[in-house]
Amino acid sequence: MNWEFLIISLVKIICVIVPVLTMVAYAVLAERKISAWIQDRVGPNRTAPPLALKIPVLGKLLQSWGVFQPMADGLKFILKEDFTPNYVHKAYFWLAPAISMVPAFLVLAVIPFGSKLGNEQMVIANLDVGILYTFGIVSLSVYGIVLAGYASNSKYPFLGGIRASAQMISYEIAMGMSVIPLFLIVGDLNLGQVTAWQANNGWLILYSPISFVIFLIAAFAETNRLPFDLPESETELVGGYHTEYSSMKFALFFLGEYAAMIAVSAMMVTLFFGGWTLPGIGEPANSLFVGLLHIGIFVAKMLALMVVFIWVRWMLPRFRYDQLMDLGWRRFIPLALLNILVTAVVLWMQANG
Amino acid sequence: MIVKREKLTFWERLYLPALLGGFKITARHLANTLFKGNNAAKKTSDGYYPEVPWTVGQNYRGAPYLVKDQEGHTKCVSCQLCEFVCPPKAIKIIPPGPDGPIADRPNAEKMPLEFEIDMLRCIFCGFCQEVCPEEAIFLQKDYSLTGLSRAEMIYNKEKLLALGGTHAGVQKWKHKLEEAKEQEMFPVKQ
Repeated sequence: MNWEFLIISLVKIICVIVPVLTMVAYAVLAERKISAWIQDRVGPNRTAPPLALKIPVLGKLLQSWGVFQPMADGLKFILKEDFTPNYVHKAYFWLAPAISMVPAFLVLAVIPFGSKLGNEQMVIANLDVGILYTFGIVSLSVYGIVLAGYASNSKYPFLGGIRASAQMISYEIAMGMSVIPLFLIVGDLNLGQVTAWQANNGWLILYSPISFVIFLIAAFAETNRLPFDLPESETELVGGYHTEYSSMKFALFFLGEYAAMIAVSAMMVTLFFGGWTLPGIGEPANSLFVGLLHIGIFVAKMLALMVVFIWVRWMLPRFRYDQLMDLGWRRFIPLALLNILVTAVVLWMQANG
Repeated sequence: MIVKREKLTFWERLYLPALLGGFKITARHLANTLFKGNNAAKKTSDGYYPEVPWTVGQNYRGAPYLVKDQEGHTKCVSCQLCEFVCPPKAIKIIPPGPDGPIADRPNAEKMPLEFEIDMLRCIFCGFCQEVCPEEAIFLQKDYSLTGLSRAEMIYNKEKLLALGGTHAGVQKWKHKLEEAKEQEMFPVKQ
């Protein structure tokens, strides 16, 4: 057994999971703050531990930015009563939150979030079938939601679960087909190679903007975000699939949703925005500082996409269900097919002179 | 009535104009809030809620309290109409009964022995005020009621009277007393 590999992988996993969990907490804060600004409010600006307020100027400032809010939110989730209604299917009811959260984290395994630190490549698993693995895992997350809807044994979660399964499976197809042109262009499924190709030839969004549009919109549907949040649409289904959940079990769904957002943002950065590269910065790092800079670039791009996700939620109203299905099946799938065809023909013509 | 749906143009069916419109509105509000400090709380008062309490409108329906008349007497006569009409059954009245204490006001038959409003149940609907024949209960301006226990949120007669204050209304019973006296003094023509 290769102990060195095992230990380094473990360290990498921890170094990814912990920041991602923190990012989830602060994504919630960002969501609340940005929504507040858009709606002429101020957002969370009250929470602070008593000790933090003792710091002269900084304490008050951090309080008004709501920096301590995620801690209070987390504490609330942990300390709340974990209520299990007596009519639910217990085993599935307990399993569902975990199943909906785990895939989002698994996707992060193949994302190259930096070039190199020392001699280590900054990717947990350098898979040659990276993108196939991603799509395989992402489609698992629908099971968590469907299971939650079924296990709750109650009408609103059930409707939410049904909607989720139909929606996610439909958009899975559009999403999967939207990225095929990228791999026709790059000629490799390894996400590290995709990033390297973009460092040499420019970002893939310039080569295949239609792919990006389809992928972005499918990503909204996949993560159950507005304008496609039909599985949980509060105004119609109370809370959708997580109506019957409380406390930490609900928090896991919440965590899963935001982790999925982060994962999808990371995927988009890797596929369309050149990963950790910038025009001019494309060589794998040879020093520690440059390595950290690459990670910084990747995270900055990711956060920018997260803001897009959050902003869109407060910008657009929810789609009607038939509109959603219409958009998925009758617009995006043909468009994605056409995109593949055109890209393939152009590449074939280039290859044949 | 049939509402005619206008056929959307191709440009509109792309969802792009709606996207653009949404982006423009949200961006404007975001910029105004962030850079001009132009938020809802700042617009209406000098500060934010817990420090600067919200001033409610003239016809605001807050918590219902019992009121006293100008002479400091309890106006309630324990008729229990409010208890009957209360939709969430928040009001509980214990009438004095045949052996109970007499009312502290001349010419009134009785007053409640105990009058409780469960503020956790009360929905501030105003039916009690509407139904009261004595103008003894009014929805006032309090909107922020807090307590550390359920028991604390059940307001009893003393508390309700203390919070309610004096109501400068028609003193029905005083008026009736005067009327009766005048009638006795009325010189009857032979």
